[in-house]
Amino acid sequence: MNIIKIEHIAKIYKVGTEEVHALRDVSLSIDKNEYVAIMGPSGSGKSTLMNMLGCLDTPTSGLYQFNGVSVSDMTDNQLANIRNQEIGFVFQTFNLLARYDAIHNVELPLVYAGISKNERKERAKRALIDVGLGDRMYHKPNELSGGQRQRVAIARALVTNPSIILADEPTGNLDSKTGEEIMLLFHEIHQKGNTIILVTHEEYIAEHAARIIRLKDGLIEKDEIVNNRYVPEIKTKEI
Amino acid sequence: MRILLFELKEGLFIALRAILSNKIRSLLTMLGIFIGVAVVITMSTAIKGIDNSFQSGISSLGTDVLYVDKWAWFTNEEWWKIRNRKNITMEEYFKFKELVKLPVAVAPVTNTIQTVKFNQQRVDNVFINGSNADYVKTTNFTFAQGRFYSEIESDAARQVAVIGSEIAKKLFPNISPLDRTIKIGGINYKIVGVLAEQGSFILGPWNPDNQVYIPIETIFKNFFNRSFRTITINVRANGPAMIEETKAEIEGVMRKVRGLKYDQENDFSINQQEGLQQSYKSVVGVIQIAGLFITGLSLFVGAIGIMNIMFVSVKERTKEIGLRKAIGAKRRSILSQFLLESSVICLIGGLAGLIAAIIISLLINQFIPTSIQIDSVFIGIGVSLLTGVISGFAPAYTAAKMDAVEALRYE
Repeated sequence: MNIIKIEHIAKIYKVGTEEVHALRDVSLSIDKNEYVAIMGPSGSGKSTLMNMLGCLDTPTSGLYQFNGVSVSDMTDNQLANIRNQEIGFVFQTFNLLARYDAIHNVELPLVYAGISKNERKERAKRALIDVGLGDRMYHKPNELSGGQRQRVAIARALVTNPSIILADEPTGNLDSKTGEEIMLLFHEIHQKGNTIILVTHEEYIAEHAARIIRLKDGLIEKDEIVNNRYVPEIKTKEI
Repeated sequence: MRILLFELKEGLFIALRAILSNKIRSLLTMLGIFIGVAVVITMSTAIKGIDNSFQSGISSLGTDVLYVDKWAWFTNEEWWKIRNRKNITMEEYFKFKELVKLPVAVAPVTNTIQTVKFNQQRVDNVFINGSNADYVKTTNFTFAQGRFYSEIESDAARQVAVIGSEIAKKLFPNISPLDRTIKIGGINYKIVGVLAEQGSFILGPWNPDNQVYIPIETIFKNFFNRSFRTITINVRANGPAMIEETKAEIEGVMRKVRGLKYDQENDFSINQQEGLQQSYKSVVGVIQIAGLFITGLSLFVGAIGIMNIMFVSVKERTKEIGLRKAIGAKRRSILSQFLLESSVICLIGGLAGLIAAIIISLLINQFIPTSIQIDSVFIGIGVSLLTGVISGFAPAYTAAKMDAVEALRYE
């Protein structure tokens, strides 16, 4: 069963009088529990593709089916619902709200899902424990390290049980050791049956995925299975 | 409905958190609304107070009273024509009283201005009202102590006086005035009655609280000759509904008393409070509108302040808005988040302003009357909420229609 099915998608931005073809003709499908990396140099259209996959943007032409439902002609509110329920975003800059503590940050998507306060707290706690931050729930972002902040962001992405996790350069702001810890976390999340789409420009990070889609000039250059997949070592977590 | 309530509740929490995380800025913004609401409400309580005072003054004098007078209160007639009218005399009053049927009370009135003294206490320039026992029937006076002077006392020109509440306060700060002897223009009078407060501040010297009432015959005896000045005949109709009919009757009777032919103009005027009320409204109405406009301006400035701050706040939180949209916030959630924020700021500022206005009103009530109405409380709350919504709308709308992708990219 495809979670994502894209056929002949194009996206044209108008910059002044000039038309910019960010995506020209892209078709791909992603199955449940896949671990896909999207790679490409800047300007290749990978950000546009990610925004499209994340339902933050709609294509100019082409078909996008999410779980068998066409997204291309959904209203703003319907798209908001899809983002809320089906997609978990992880950003390079974490995008945590500074004035909220970790548990409140994780709760946030559940607020827009209309879930009661008690249930929210319960689920946010569980998500934080799952990413190994059971003892940092009431810390504000500025009291957490970069790796811990990204864990909070991952917990926030997981808390709604989304169909896909969409991670945009999740290790871009982290040192390599912490980055590796985050990649281990993604590996675990994938092992539990989640679908992960990773956008990166680092070959080394991309090789954690099972499949790499390479974009160039708004077209898919290569869509390949990773043979020598890099599987992070499962370290015993400190509890 | 439940979803809406849920969003309102959550939006409120988000708004409160945002306000608390920027305490100084929120406080300064609130200050604008605080001052605006405080002056608007204070102004309106003062206006209401003055209005009430005028109305109660008018009604203590009786709203259904007509005044037959040499002078017209409001007229287009040339001044010298009126000046040349004959004085109204006591003889004419007696004839008039014989002939009229409709009025419930008819009283001759004249006055003089004198100094009133009790021992060391004195009040200068007091209106001394001279009439007869029927005068009290043309008013709605209530008494704190004693009674009005009687028919016997007025006919016999006795040295008796009824004093207004302010005069009583000034002359007798510590003791009961009843049965004391005061000096009016140097002559002794016995106090037979003290009026309760009539609360007609706006009437100034015509305020019954600031007057002294003595028999008209006593005035003629002590202060001036009866032919020296014109008198006014106060006529009380049997209720406001009877005013027009009574007016018609007394006009006819007065013409008969004066022996006017059919083709002669009235050489007297019939005044009534309606004219007074109209001119009061036209003057005070302008003052009210000007006052509310000027104080309203300060509220408007406060509203602009809020709008400004909300625009800054939206700009500053562009990335947050992008994130909220990415994780599923709908446009209306973002809209209501910012609307609630500006409304809460305005509401808190407005409530504080309302409390300040009530305190200020109580303070200035010492000097001029103010009247705190329950509706000004609601108006205060309503106005501040409305200000919040109106001034918050443009920034909130900007936030709501922001493009999520661009907002997330914003640094």
